[in-house]
Amino acid sequence: MAEQTFVNCTGGGPIRVHVEDGKITKVRPLVFDETDAPSWTIDVDGTKYTPYRKACVAPFSLTERSRVYSDERILYPMKRVDFDPDGAPGSTGPGGRNPQNRGKSGYDRISWDEALDLVAGEMKRIRDTYGAEAIMSRASSHHNWGNLGYRSGAWARFFNLIGFTDILDNPDSWEGWHWGATHAYGFYWRLGNPEHYDMLEDALRNTELLISWSNDPDTTHGIYGGTDSAVWRLWLRDKGIKTIFLDPFHNYTAAHVGEKWIAYRPGTTSALAVAIAYVWITEGTYNKEYIARRTYGFDEFKSYVLGESDGVPKTPQWAAEICGIEARTIVALAREWASHRTSLAGGTKGGEGGACRQAYATESARHLVFLQAMQGLGLPGISIWGTANGPPYNHTLEFPGYAQGGFNLIAEKPAINPIKQRLYRLTVPDAVLDGHIEWMGEGFCGNSIEQHFTKFTYPLPGHSEVKMFYRYGGSFLSTMTDTSKWVRMYQSPKLEFVVNQDCWWCNETKFADVILPACTNLERDDISEWASSGGYSLHASGSANHRVIVYQQKCVEPVGESKADYDIFIELADRLGYKDQFTEGNTFEQWIKKMYDWSDMPKYMDYEDFKKKGYFVVPQLENYKPAYALRWFAEGRACDTPDTSNPKRGTDKADELMTDTGLIEFVSQSLMRHTPDDDERAPLPKYIPSWEGHESELFKKYPLQLISPHPRFSFHTHHDTRVPWLSEIPEHRMWINGYNYQVCRIHPEDAEARGIKHGDVVKLYNDRASVLLGAYVTERVRPGVVHSYEGASRYDPLEPGKADSPDRGGCVNLLTPGRMMSKNVPGMAPNSCLVEMCKWEG
Amino acid sequence: MPRYGMVVDVTRCNGCYNCFIACKDEYCGIARPGYSAPQPMTGQTWMKILPKERGQFPKVKQDYIAIPCMQCEKPGCAEGSDGAVYKRGDGIVMVDPEKAKDRPEIVSKCPYRVIYWNEIEQVGQKCTFCAHLLDAGWKEPRCVEACPTGTLIFGDLDAPDSAVSQAWKRAEAMHPEYGMGDKVRFIGLPKNFVAGAVVFGDKDECAKGATVTLEGEGREATAVTDGFGDFEFEGLPGGASFTLSIAAPGYMGQTFTVKTSKSIYLGDIILEKSS
Repeated sequence: MAEQTFVNCTGGGPIRVHVEDGKITKVRPLVFDETDAPSWTIDVDGTKYTPYRKACVAPFSLTERSRVYSDERILYPMKRVDFDPDGAPGSTGPGGRNPQNRGKSGYDRISWDEALDLVAGEMKRIRDTYGAEAIMSRASSHHNWGNLGYRSGAWARFFNLIGFTDILDNPDSWEGWHWGATHAYGFYWRLGNPEHYDMLEDALRNTELLISWSNDPDTTHGIYGGTDSAVWRLWLRDKGIKTIFLDPFHNYTAAHVGEKWIAYRPGTTSALAVAIAYVWITEGTYNKEYIARRTYGFDEFKSYVLGESDGVPKTPQWAAEICGIEARTIVALAREWASHRTSLAGGTKGGEGGACRQAYATESARHLVFLQAMQGLGLPGISIWGTANGPPYNHTLEFPGYAQGGFNLIAEKPAINPIKQRLYRLTVPDAVLDGHIEWMGEGFCGNSIEQHFTKFTYPLPGHSEVKMFYRYGGSFLSTMTDTSKWVRMYQSPKLEFVVNQDCWWCNETKFADVILPACTNLERDDISEWASSGGYSLHASGSANHRVIVYQQKCVEPVGESKADYDIFIELADRLGYKDQFTEGNTFEQWIKKMYDWSDMPKYMDYEDFKKKGYFVVPQLENYKPAYALRWFAEGRACDTPDTSNPKRGTDKADELMTDTGLIEFVSQSLMRHTPDDDERAPLPKYIPSWEGHESELFKKYPLQLISPHPRFSFHTHHDTRVPWLSEIPEHRMWINGYNYQVCRIHPEDAEARGIKHGDVVKLYNDRASVLLGAYVTERVRPGVVHSYEGASRYDPLEPGKADSPDRGGCVNLLTPGRMMSKNVPGMAPNSCLVEMCKWEG
Repeated sequence: MPRYGMVVDVTRCNGCYNCFIACKDEYCGIARPGYSAPQPMTGQTWMKILPKERGQFPKVKQDYIAIPCMQCEKPGCAEGSDGAVYKRGDGIVMVDPEKAKDRPEIVSKCPYRVIYWNEIEQVGQKCTFCAHLLDAGWKEPRCVEACPTGTLIFGDLDAPDSAVSQAWKRAEAMHPEYGMGDKVRFIGLPKNFVAGAVVFGDKDECAKGATVTLEGEGREATAVTDGFGDFEFEGLPGGASFTLSIAAPGYMGQTFTVKTSKSIYLGDIILEKSS
């Protein structure tokens, strides 16, 4: 059969998929042609900057052929061999449910009918016995792409319709900005990330120096933008704009365009920041006019920095000892920063560095906002910008992001979860095992800053504990913290029934009683826009150079007996009596058409043409005029950016931020209102030594600091070992004695002190766990720091089913602390982690 | 007929491995009849990435060198192969997937080590510049299409205005001493650097504006330290000896001998006040 090609989309960009004889033969970046809209050009003093005429996708996006046909695909419905649904909950032995064997036992292939009857039967039993709230569910992020057929589509519609205990996600990629920076500059509707409009053009025109502070956009891609922004950083470099990197790891962006690397000690961001402020205050090199006009509470901050309020001047010498760098380097950094128009790439969305996922990272994120406030945040060239979003952008074509409502935008009757009980992702195992938990803060607090202070109790009075876990995806063992507790939870008899629905054998899959195989988005149709999450990240597709709306064309038949998620949920809805409500009589194709009709696409492209071609490149506006992020605020005028989610935009307070005072708050009035006595997230942020850092008692026993940023070659737990090609990248995984170990970077001094050589199998351990990894000896980490990416796709304990067994899959989050960022802040802090390393002789 | 060549601009590469993966995607498990037998899923890297780390903490540089087949004008692998390895009219060197069977000596003839032995097919294999795609009308191989940074520049070396011809003028052969007429050349192949950080000892302050001079091997270069007191000399030959002098008004100068057995970071150099 002749070759056909299809267009689809991934979490790292749109792709063209070649198919011959029903099999995928190529996966290419989508290349634009002359019929597609022209690309934008930024003209800076006669130099013209224009992007490549193609989607520069993420490396993992090009592995989809291998991932679709991976040996780790789930091919058939399965039932655990020692799970008997006729057994009483918690029963063990023959004829029992044997929850204690989850993670240990094998599986039998069963038919779809048997699987669906079993799952629906258990759902009915549990709903009848305990109520709908006794079923909890949660989707993983990023394993597929699509507005309707994936997590915010099919999964969300099904569960919201039948009612369930939802698990609130924590903003795990930018925690400190979310829980902290919002109290300094608002932007809660962007979960603590600032707007980013036209920041590329501003940088090319105005910025003289870039400070990349715990920021690695070449790796984190502005989340979904693939490698599209890599060329921006080359433009900036080639224009002579230097980038200084502050990171314990000489990260990939530093490798690409770095000029200077300052490797300070993890957990000491705040100390470094306030010492920089000290230099500026004592040398008078900050913008006093801006401070007076656009900020609130500076004098109190100044008093803290100078030591007037606590007797400790935050001098460079003071910070040098804490941060493990020379005082003179801090002084030089402060002077370079203040003497140039400097953009701070501070690890917000776009760069997602690890510093914001540490103890008290609320304080350091606020301190970074303060530093730019002192230089005039929003003035030309002076920004907080991750260097991975904000090209010239036509926002006028409305098309929903994947998290913008899904089916609820287009259904006659939206599905709203009737159950009020909630769990919190980081503490689900604690809640299940203990039967009770309380916390404050709603996870994604995108509707109001007040959500930071919402109190939750589980079980909600009058509600049942959860008895069943319907897991969609399986990433948490590698992405949450102290994750051995997930193993313990799965093996608890309190979970009477566990289902897992996924495409691959992920690290939670084998803890299920019944496994339902889903197909990937290359095996079904869908509709989406590249890099557009929508919701709390409006105009997020500005992490790519072109807006590309995609009709995701089914390329091949589902592998094995796998089915589209939507089709699986129809079958279950049917058995539970919800089918008509679920589908409203639509085929999936009709839903796609409805989303097309909901959007502005009909004004631009005929539906049949769109479906046939597979994509549409949104044309740039004629006579495009940039509206630079926060320039309006710096200049004291009404917000003129397209940030329609800004609640004050278009009101008589449109020149204000969404803080209580409308200004950048050195002393947070929202914290003053709610938690004035909180000394860990005080209204005025301070440097607080980490509860697990170099000043901790535990440091004597575990003298290495582990950092585990977002991974370079996979997307959290996705791709990675599913793709043998990635396993051949020596900086990702190493083959040692026939096993493919995730690498752990260690400085030569630390390696030598432990008798470790490059390529040795090593045990990284602490009191929580031990993980076997391949030693990668490099000058690119600070001595005393070890670096191993979060997100291993494989959890492979030497003793399967044993929670405290050493893991050789590379799940370093088994080692990280489950403790929250601070007492009132439910953010995760995986980069506050002390460990020791030794050569593995096992 | 074009004469195909490639320039790899190492200074632009971000080490994303897209070229490496796109190459795997094109060939692993898929035969391109008449051009290549199926590549095993693992073990071969027709587009090889050589990561190159230089320097010492905290002055480190990381480069990635993308290495395909050099498509030599005088391919050593073709010598004595009786047509099993041949050069096409467009200069692409092909290992015939049929005629080259059971001839492992072809693999060892390549000094760049970019021919790989396929145990299953019992044949040597390598990069073909995606000749089967070029023959089907493609303008560039898969690796080039997948590159997001403009590192890989491909085209007709005989067309003087082509991007590759222009880049070629600035490019160098990886191993000119092999004398094989490589048609893949490189811009910015990492050499050795000498760097350091100068400190005014009396003030314990980064010495901005100090003059640093490097002499030796018939060259002399001068650098001025930046706001961190940092200086750097790039692109030095290996195994050479240089004299490095540091001068700043009001301070006693210093002179070192530096050997570039590798890239060297001298660390902090503390200047004392002249009396």
